[in-house]
Amino acid sequence: MDFQNLINLAYVIAATLFVFGIKMLGSADTARRGNLISGVGMLIAVVVTLLDQSILDFKWIVAGLILGSLIGGIAARVVKMTSMPELVALFNGFGGLASLLVAWTEFEKIKTYGWSAYSQLMGTPSFFSSFVIYLAMLIGGITFTGSLYAYGKLSGRVSGQAKVYAGQKMINALALIAILAIGVAFTWSGDLELASTLFLSGVGLALLFGIMGVMPIGGGDMPVIISLLNSFSGLAASAAGFVIGNNVLIVAGCLVGASGLILTAIMCKAMNRSLGNVLFSGFGATSQSSGDEDDREPKAISTQDAFYVLEAANSVVFIPGYGMAVAQAQHVVKELGELLEENGAEVNFAIHPVAGRMPGHMNVLLAEADVPYEQLVEMDNINPIMPTVDVAVVIGANDVVNPAAADDETSPIYGMPIIEAHKAKTVFILKRGQGKGFSGLVNKLFVMDNSRMIYGDAKSTISDLVNELKG
Amino acid sequence: MDLVLLFFIFVLAAFLGLELIAKVPSQLHTPLMSGSNAISGITIVGALIATGASEGGSIGMVLGFLALVFATINVVGGYLVTDRMLQMFKKKGK
Repeated sequence: MDFQNLINLAYVIAATLFVFGIKMLGSADTARRGNLISGVGMLIAVVVTLLDQSILDFKWIVAGLILGSLIGGIAARVVKMTSMPELVALFNGFGGLASLLVAWTEFEKIKTYGWSAYSQLMGTPSFFSSFVIYLAMLIGGITFTGSLYAYGKLSGRVSGQAKVYAGQKMINALALIAILAIGVAFTWSGDLELASTLFLSGVGLALLFGIMGVMPIGGGDMPVIISLLNSFSGLAASAAGFVIGNNVLIVAGCLVGASGLILTAIMCKAMNRSLGNVLFSGFGATSQSSGDEDDREPKAISTQDAFYVLEAANSVVFIPGYGMAVAQAQHVVKELGELLEENGAEVNFAIHPVAGRMPGHMNVLLAEADVPYEQLVEMDNINPIMPTVDVAVVIGANDVVNPAAADDETSPIYGMPIIEAHKAKTVFILKRGQGKGFSGLVNKLFVMDNSRMIYGDAKSTISDLVNELKG
Repeated sequence: MDLVLLFFIFVLAAFLGLELIAKVPSQLHTPLMSGSNAISGITIVGALIATGASEGGSIGMVLGFLALVFATINVVGGYLVTDRMLQMFKKKGK
């Protein structure tokens, strides 16, 4: 028993390290050390578990650890920074799958020993065990396929558009009711044969529901769903902790669940929408044309003329969006920024919290291109100085600079905080074509008198500007 | 294990989690997400117990082994990729 106490003590230490790790991840100076500390916590938890006397066979454990480390390690090394959102989604899905499988393994144990022997072994009533097994399976399953589908959307393997069809909400609601009903039946069914069937149907439905839930969520809303799935993977681990009665799983999983929820709330707030609206509205799938139709045409400008304006500018603000990630333009953007600085201009980057496809997406890209940290300005800090800015360069961003969000009450995105690019003296908008943004809205910024469009691939447009400046 | 105690721990951890990251600069959102994602790989502990305690060749053994592989990918990959990102952030500013 003393040995068991030692193990539990080590778990407490691991949990403490996780707490410190997450805390330190929240601040730029300590983030890297925080990640290391939480990694040490994980190592302690794993090593201590291996000392557990109930482990009889190490052969498969060693094989599993080596195989998993190889795959994870290689993937983490070779992935390009531009592919970061999908990799994070993929890892997240694997965590959910692991929790599902842990719950399933416990159920197999029950099938071997029978309910009464199992509940004696665990010291918990059998309805509780079956309840948490179902819960861990359910959350883990939804996390797995939801993340996998998000991975597909982010990597472009499936269309990133929101997919809605007639009766979608009804079908989703029915699926959810079926999942819950099966859960109730599974929890209270004493018969192992029946429970087994119920469990397998539950697994199938959970996996299906993960896909159905992510389906109506379009590209621009991905930061919300990614954070939410992140939260779910933690909750799944926590539920798995209840299954095997292990504190460190409960604590660590719950910490992740809570922090993921906060991030989700931050993302929703940055779009001025509720989580329910993001999840269920199928936003962006229907192209609403709202408000007063503006009959002014966007005015285009050549890169040559744009260069003259930029050369004369004293302050330039870049506003990157998902389009910059798609065009992989971050390196040339950084080069252009440097040249403009040498030319005597003040250069900043204005980052909207939901720009891109995951929370902090633009920051990762620009950091990869070595853009100095001081030049990355958050939305609330850039807006007050926007009227003094000579040129605002919008690179593949759309809704986050749409002035309709600020002044058109009929607009679906009314109330969403935006970067006020339209207040700059001149606005250049780099855009591939004349299509609409993710929300399907006409962007009034494009037709304003101080706006000029530069059509074409963002990367080649900026390369042209760089060459002009190098002259 | 006392159930009430487990719930007690769960609730406290939830509040702790909410307090811990109430204010995070948006620059760190991605690393925070991927770092906490690595922590959610703690389910590896469950996978280890499941793999080690199951009898060889059984369905439980196979499921446990798969759980272990996926959890390990989540943990190892998650920590490494977070570190790679943070390393990038660190480089400048100096």
